[in-house]
Amino acid sequence: MASRTGGWLAIAGVVAVGLVLSLALTERYHHRVLTLVFLWATMGLAWNIISGYAGQISFGHQAFFGIGAYVTVLLAAKLTLTPWLGMLGGVGVAVLAAVLIGTPTFRLAGIYFGLATLAYPLIFRIVMEYLGYQEVAIPMMRERPGLFMQFAEPLHFDLLALGILAATLVLSRLVEASRLGYSLRAIKENEQAAEAMGVDSFRCKMIAYMLSAAPAAIAGAVYAHAILFIVTPEAVFGVLVIVQTLTVCLVGGAGTLWGPIIGAAIMIPVSEILDTTMGDRLPGIQGVVYGAALMAVMMYAPEGLYWRARTSWLARRRGAVGGTRSAPAVAVADAATPAPPASSGRVLMDVRGVSKAFLGLQALSDVSFDVREGEILGIIGPNGAGKTTLFNVLNGFLLPEHGEVHWLDRSITGLRPHVICRLGIGRTFQVMRLFPRLTVLENVMVGAFAHGGSPDHARASARAALELVSLAGRADVAPTGLTTLELRLMELARCLATSPRLILLDEPLAGLSADGVELMSVMIRRARSAAVTVVIIEHTIHALVRLADRLVVLDQGRRLAEGLPGEVTRTPAVIEAYLGKRWLARHAATNSPC
Amino acid sequence: MVASELTQYVVTGLLVGGVYALMSIGLALIFGVMRVVNFAQGDFMMLGMYLTYYYAVVLGIDPLLGALVTIPPFFLIGLLLHRVFLARVTGGGDPNREMDAQLILTLGMSLIITNATTMILSPMPRAIRTTYATRAFAVGPLLLNQARTYAFFMALLLAAAVYVFLTRTDLGKALRAAADDPEAASYQAINVRAMHGVAFGVGIALVAAAGGLLATYYPIEPNVAVNFIVLMFVAVVLGGLGSIPGAFVGGLAIGLVQSLTLLILPLQLQNVGVFVAFLLVLYVRPQGLFGRRARTV
Repeated sequence: MASRTGGWLAIAGVVAVGLVLSLALTERYHHRVLTLVFLWATMGLAWNIISGYAGQISFGHQAFFGIGAYVTVLLAAKLTLTPWLGMLGGVGVAVLAAVLIGTPTFRLAGIYFGLATLAYPLIFRIVMEYLGYQEVAIPMMRERPGLFMQFAEPLHFDLLALGILAATLVLSRLVEASRLGYSLRAIKENEQAAEAMGVDSFRCKMIAYMLSAAPAAIAGAVYAHAILFIVTPEAVFGVLVIVQTLTVCLVGGAGTLWGPIIGAAIMIPVSEILDTTMGDRLPGIQGVVYGAALMAVMMYAPEGLYWRARTSWLARRRGAVGGTRSAPAVAVADAATPAPPASSGRVLMDVRGVSKAFLGLQALSDVSFDVREGEILGIIGPNGAGKTTLFNVLNGFLLPEHGEVHWLDRSITGLRPHVICRLGIGRTFQVMRLFPRLTVLENVMVGAFAHGGSPDHARASARAALELVSLAGRADVAPTGLTTLELRLMELARCLATSPRLILLDEPLAGLSADGVELMSVMIRRARSAAVTVVIIEHTIHALVRLADRLVVLDQGRRLAEGLPGEVTRTPAVIEAYLGKRWLARHAATNSPC
Repeated sequence: MVASELTQYVVTGLLVGGVYALMSIGLALIFGVMRVVNFAQGDFMMLGMYLTYYYAVVLGIDPLLGALVTIPPFFLIGLLLHRVFLARVTGGGDPNREMDAQLILTLGMSLIITNATTMILSPMPRAIRTTYATRAFAVGPLLLNQARTYAFFMALLLAAAVYVFLTRTDLGKALRAAADDPEAASYQAINVRAMHGVAFGVGIALVAAAGGLLATYYPIEPNVAVNFIVLMFVAVVLGGLGSIPGAFVGGLAIGLVQSLTLLILPLQLQNVGVFVAFLLVLYVRPQGLFGRRARTV
């Protein structure tokens, strides 16, 4: 991310360059190409909001482009409404369409989302033809050209297109820097983890979709007036519209506002010039160029030119400074174990008779226990005992078939994960779920946004959470460069940043060295002393016996035992099922009774 | 509505659906093994139509036979395209991002094929003249277009051959193993990368053959692909992404939906029925009728 003022300056720079070009060009044809560059950059930026930032690849974004064009032109043709107002009508219809399309479609993940969006412009196209709108000409209004967006001077179309490009750049910049922007990037990286950190993914995606429909509709309306003059279903709902959008965005780089600018500045002039010089003899040359560009980008720089250039620039700069990768920053400030053992005894969470099965496999059957405020509750059980499934039920990823989960005397069964997170229940994952393209600090910021607030506020809370786990020294690096211990600490910090009252830690000690286990245990106790109740899943009993105040033992989906660590490890059923006879023998040898 | 008229619509739908089923099997095979949604599948169908056309015009081969003879060259083209392009963006890395990359890659391929064909062969539509294209079999009160009937049975025959290939031959079994669990398959000394190539080759050869059969009764033009690629997506999603029997049934179902839509909607809106069916399936049962894997957390 560029610095905060730097980004705005760069936008101003792009607009200034566009302005200079608009004023400097003289030939009508050059103006036309420039208008097209601005319009396709705008369209690329619009697509980028939903598909670049949020990672929801839309193959049907021309639906909004076409709606903008048709609504504006039909309002002018039928009601003699000025397109300046008609455009707003187009935006309204497009945003409404986004809500109607998005509501069912955002429930679909990955490829299914893209395929579903594909169908809409195809339907619109057929319906427009059926309704008799195969060709809608813009009505000529020679006496009031300005009012009807029918400029004689091509420069005016340049300026209009540049204006909407500037507005879309500002919109993109605002999205990037906002809470929404962080949430969208988290959704793109790992939707599940984002939900668990309090991100309402459906709502965020919907807002992004609406925000991306609006500039697409305006681009469509202006395109109709500046370039088409006669609107046809093929021209505004056709495949070439989405192809040009995808090409400018992917060649330049998705997920940044500079990508579509770079992509449009390169691809549009090239394809236009080829089309005008060879289009007569070789119809379809444009399609070949776009196709070749898409293939080349996917094979040689799938992240796009902007990211490619940025990565190599950063690498060179880092090389110049001279590999200053500091030694692991983790160090325990106070190794002293704080916190008194368990306290008030008030029940925070009450799990009652929870059962869950997968295709006949009973993962949990009738599991009940409660979590008391201020304690560290350990849940142990061998692999396959249903521990992670239990957490998935507790944080709302899964709906149990039977049973209820109560939180402070209120049922939370069936609530969505982000709601449960915002109620004060945080979690970490056994297989760590990070946001790999966000820095460590930004990862933690996603958690800090759970209760709203400005980015500055979230940044401060995230720093505080990193301090708490002694990981502040790693704030600005990419999480892919961290050790397992550091990643576990980062997940803990991200979870603590949601200001939870209860944290669910899924095997936080897995894969750690003895020192790592020690350090992590200190951090967990430290969290508890900051008034956070802790539930830990583990299958290694030894660390838990020292860490936990109470233990619940699961085996094959059933609760086998519950109680103080000392008692539980002496329960015959637990020893039988989990610890094994040898442990019993050793145990008996060391503390022989009486 | 007379019962015989309804039967006529059903039968017409099924006849067309047989060819859709064959196309969709190709797409499903590629998705099942490679996890690639091949956007260029419709374009290979179009190329199969042209090859069958030139077989008929230049060599005088009947298109029903010509359709079969498209299989070897397209299989080889598929191996080559996989080696040169798709293999480069497959394997290693985040599967979701990879899927996006492959999708865009095949979209690019599709654009190049459509537009290059337009440039080289002109956008003018062509047709293969056969005696059976305009004749019909009379079965009781039903009239069955002869070209469609022949094409239907050829498609069934090829689909049955694919079934035997996948279930009875070592190569077919290796393909299925690579589709089910690439990692486990590689431990059994199955070259998963080579299986991807074979799947892509067989997949586009099948769609090319389906194109050849289609060419007996459908005009041949460079941008015919757009209409059919979506039909194939619908059939494959309907059958459950990657399921081959599912794609077969899905293809038949699409033929039926298309035909029966005519009972309710005017001809121009025929495909709206298909697209709406597509959306309904996605929303109500995204794993399709035969989908094996329900998506879990």
